[in-house]
Amino acid sequence: MGRIWRVSGPVVIAEEMRGSQVYEVVDVGEERLTGEIIGLEQDKAVIQVYEDTVGLRVGEPVVGTGEILMCELGPGMVGNIYDGVQRSLVTMIEDVGDFLLRGIRTDALDRNKKWEFNPTVKAGDTVHEGDIIGTVPETGLIEHRIMVPIGRGGKILEIHKGRFTVLDTIAVLEENGDRKPLTLMQRWPARKPRLYKRRLDPVNLLVTGTRIIDYLFPLALGGKAAIPGGFGTGKTVALQQMARWSQTQLNIYVGCGERGNEMADVLHSFKKLRDPGTDRLLQEKEIFIANTSNMPVVAREISIFIGVTMAEYFRDMGYDVLLVADSTSRWAEAMREIGARLEETPGEEGFPTYLGSRLATFYERSGRVECMGLPERTGSATVIGSVSPPGADFSEPVTQSTLRIVDALYSLDVALANRRHFPTINWLQSYSLYSDSVGKWWKQEVNPEYHAVRDRALVTLQREAELEEIVRLVGPEALPENDRLLLLIARMIREDFLMQSAYHPVDTYTPPARGHLMLATIIRFGDVARELSEQGMLVSEISQLKIVPRISRMKDVPLEEFDKYIKDLWSDMEKALTTREGGM
Amino acid sequence: MEARQLFTRETKAISTARRSLLVIESIPGIRYNEIVEVQLGTGENRVGQVIEVGKTTTVVQVFGGVSEVDLLNSRVRYRGETLKLPVSPDILGRIFDGSGNPIDGGPSIVASAYHDINGVPANPASRMPPAEFIETGISVMDGLNVLVRGQKLPLFSGSGLPHNRIAAQIVRQAALKRKAEEFAIVFAAIGVSFDDAAYFIANLEETGALNRAVGFINTASSPVIERLSTPRLALTAAEYLAWERDMHVLVVLTDITNYCDALRELAAMRGEIPSRRGYPGYMYTDLATMYERAGRISGKEGSVTILPILTMPDDDITHPIPDLTGYITEGQIVLSRPLERKRIYPAIDVFLSLSRMMKEGIGEGNTREDHNNVFMQSYAMYAEGNYLREISTVIGSDALSDRDRIYLSAADRFEREFISQGEFERRTVEETLEIAWNIFSMIPREDLKLIQEKYIQKYLPKKGKAQ
Repeated sequence: MGRIWRVSGPVVIAEEMRGSQVYEVVDVGEERLTGEIIGLEQDKAVIQVYEDTVGLRVGEPVVGTGEILMCELGPGMVGNIYDGVQRSLVTMIEDVGDFLLRGIRTDALDRNKKWEFNPTVKAGDTVHEGDIIGTVPETGLIEHRIMVPIGRGGKILEIHKGRFTVLDTIAVLEENGDRKPLTLMQRWPARKPRLYKRRLDPVNLLVTGTRIIDYLFPLALGGKAAIPGGFGTGKTVALQQMARWSQTQLNIYVGCGERGNEMADVLHSFKKLRDPGTDRLLQEKEIFIANTSNMPVVAREISIFIGVTMAEYFRDMGYDVLLVADSTSRWAEAMREIGARLEETPGEEGFPTYLGSRLATFYERSGRVECMGLPERTGSATVIGSVSPPGADFSEPVTQSTLRIVDALYSLDVALANRRHFPTINWLQSYSLYSDSVGKWWKQEVNPEYHAVRDRALVTLQREAELEEIVRLVGPEALPENDRLLLLIARMIREDFLMQSAYHPVDTYTPPARGHLMLATIIRFGDVARELSEQGMLVSEISQLKIVPRISRMKDVPLEEFDKYIKDLWSDMEKALTTREGGM
Repeated sequence: MEARQLFTRETKAISTARRSLLVIESIPGIRYNEIVEVQLGTGENRVGQVIEVGKTTTVVQVFGGVSEVDLLNSRVRYRGETLKLPVSPDILGRIFDGSGNPIDGGPSIVASAYHDINGVPANPASRMPPAEFIETGISVMDGLNVLVRGQKLPLFSGSGLPHNRIAAQIVRQAALKRKAEEFAIVFAAIGVSFDDAAYFIANLEETGALNRAVGFINTASSPVIERLSTPRLALTAAEYLAWERDMHVLVVLTDITNYCDALRELAAMRGEIPSRRGYPGYMYTDLATMYERAGRISGKEGSVTILPILTMPDDDITHPIPDLTGYITEGQIVLSRPLERKRIYPAIDVFLSLSRMMKEGIGEGNTREDHNNVFMQSYAMYAEGNYLREISTVIGSDALSDRDRIYLSAADRFEREFISQGEFERRTVEETLEIAWNIFSMIPREDLKLIQEKYIQKYLPKKGKAQ
């Protein structure tokens, strides 16, 4: 046992700490605040404390737990709300009320609740690490697959069906001649990536339901993406939309140093909204980590790793998992604060020089993998992090370090926000390196025309940007007819396809096939309009055609009427070509 | 601050006194962040705070600065306490300084409890999303940038702009729609001029609101370090009134720019590594620990709504102070110098202002069914008019079409009739929406694309009847 030697903000230095290890969890002071050793020198340990250090005195005890920071994994996580060090905030309300007092311990997994366990192997079988030995129906959407913990295995001596708490013995293994129990719960060090057999290429589309992402800049299951944006660009709404509608089996939402009211909004909305695929409450496939900006700074740093460890655990069951982290800038700021207290030599803008490598250790835990153990299965963990660049200036260190790691960028644009174009993802600055690999998925699963339509749309938007420069100088009247037509089509792509309302019940989520039809319709209209224009119709006349507002209403047409709506649009467009006016 | 005295230990071993910091010999039992008393050789007492404790030395930051501290005769006394505010219902109607001492000539507060001025973070799982509309009586806010209970919505201003008058008008007029409850007002003046502070107090007195208000005043000539404690004292008072006395509290913090400059000054004295423009790297977190004290807690009657005011240096919205504030608050009300030059009051920039909580606070049951549609259409109409204004300065107004001219005059009317209003004029939200509808009747009916047909039929003034 050691004693406090110095206190400076969230950093405590303790003496008489010989025998401790780096990253060991310690109890600090008489109130037993949770801390983690981040450095050792002679008999002194540098400790970052996950709670407010006000009131600590020199000489108070510091007790090591002998363990590094572990994440508890087992039934009871889905639908739960955790703070940055995996204390259940729901349990905490019951224990201490509405405010977060210091030194409170709560278990991540409820110790008393009983779960229905159904074995899938039997006594006498031999199992290895990662093997699934049974399942627990955790929620209506998640079947929790119980795996043999990494590093364990042997012959099953007994295994029971029935109702168990997370610590009850569900099976007994013969390991090296000993009888050893298995429980529903296992533990894993949060800072250490979980193991898998091998990595696979991310080639399947992660359906987010946001058109500009799925169609123009698709994200792959197991991919990594960043969303940088200044304040007011709708960053949080964009992330919430992904956490809501992504067609993954489990989503993890890490609110890291962000607004409390927003977190409250997320939590309340997930209790009401339903998953479009299964019509079950979204809460049944979501885990929340809430470390708001007024909660202890240091806990931000670990909260991201707790979240990603959970994501890997469900990935290992064979699920597709999405982790959304809002915001990685606040996480980086926590590192900066610790670095400054330790008087480390700072890098750019005061951030520690290891900012880039620490960011990489987080994003690199994403991936699509072949899981350990039997039955054979693949799973994926996709990671999306938001970045909050000061003054919306993307040249700052967190944005730049992130861009070196991620493979997809959704760049949010203040100018679009001021024009109330939402989502504010800028189509000229954003990119996705998955567009080729996932494009194959689009071609096979949705439509072989995918690449053609996507490229036409991107080229039109690019050309629009060039023309806008000219318009600004000479006014729109000076443009030739074919350029004006291009501006009309580009506007339709922007307003009728890229703009999407998060608050409209139909528009908020667009399945891939519907998204393709919408864009293909606009592109087809562009072709029809070009022919009409060549036949002598003025662009000002074309823009007054009745079909134009019908195309803009596509996004609000309910799913069941949509196919007929599009069919009618297309046949009216064909008619227009033959009769020059027709139903348009 | 006559807190109970548990035990007292003192030292005369002061090794350094520089700016506002004292380095003293450590005494066992001293707590991190605790409040100490510094007795000068002259007999004067000052309050200080422990900002670092170590086995041999302790660093103390002195409220009021270290002038006249001498290393021989001064002594530092430990009391074993962190900075606390004495609370009781009697704080209503009172005015305090930045250390929590009454400065209105009244008696000291007989405390029913002492609350740590840093507060305790609310459990995110206990929070309720804010959703109750506050009618400020100001059209630009009630129509386009709605304030709701539990929100934190700052005023981004510039020097010379009328932010104090607007804030005073909000304080005078803010009321919940269809409910008679009044707000308790907590007012913190942080490093502002004596005149500005006096203006607010006079405003509260005139409207008879002073008996449901608490003031904390740190003027430009008060000690810099108290600028850090002033808003925290105010928020502690607000939390007490909201969570323990079931009141709805509106907190006005002015001016956050002075707060941040004080933070920078003290960080520099401690020799910390600066971040952007010399402000400390933890400024986001520091501001968040204040702003985040706004909110609603499920199961509790009261609420804390925060209206911080800040002046953007050189009107620059990307300056770290407005930038970090904007990342934490739920929107911002931005004042506009061009509108002020046109003598439009309140000069609020419609395009840069935003209330993130608007969606939850409007519509049927809260304001009126057509509110969101009216908001979208007003915004689009005004944006179109502004765009045409810019175009016409380039290509000349002769080149505009008749339709364009209608939009130009609609934008003018929008500024003169909708945005502009009297400083003492209180409009209901219905009146605000009516003004918008009147202006809509100018533009072609088929251009009202953002409004549902049934609302157009119900609310659009019939031709001839419109003014």
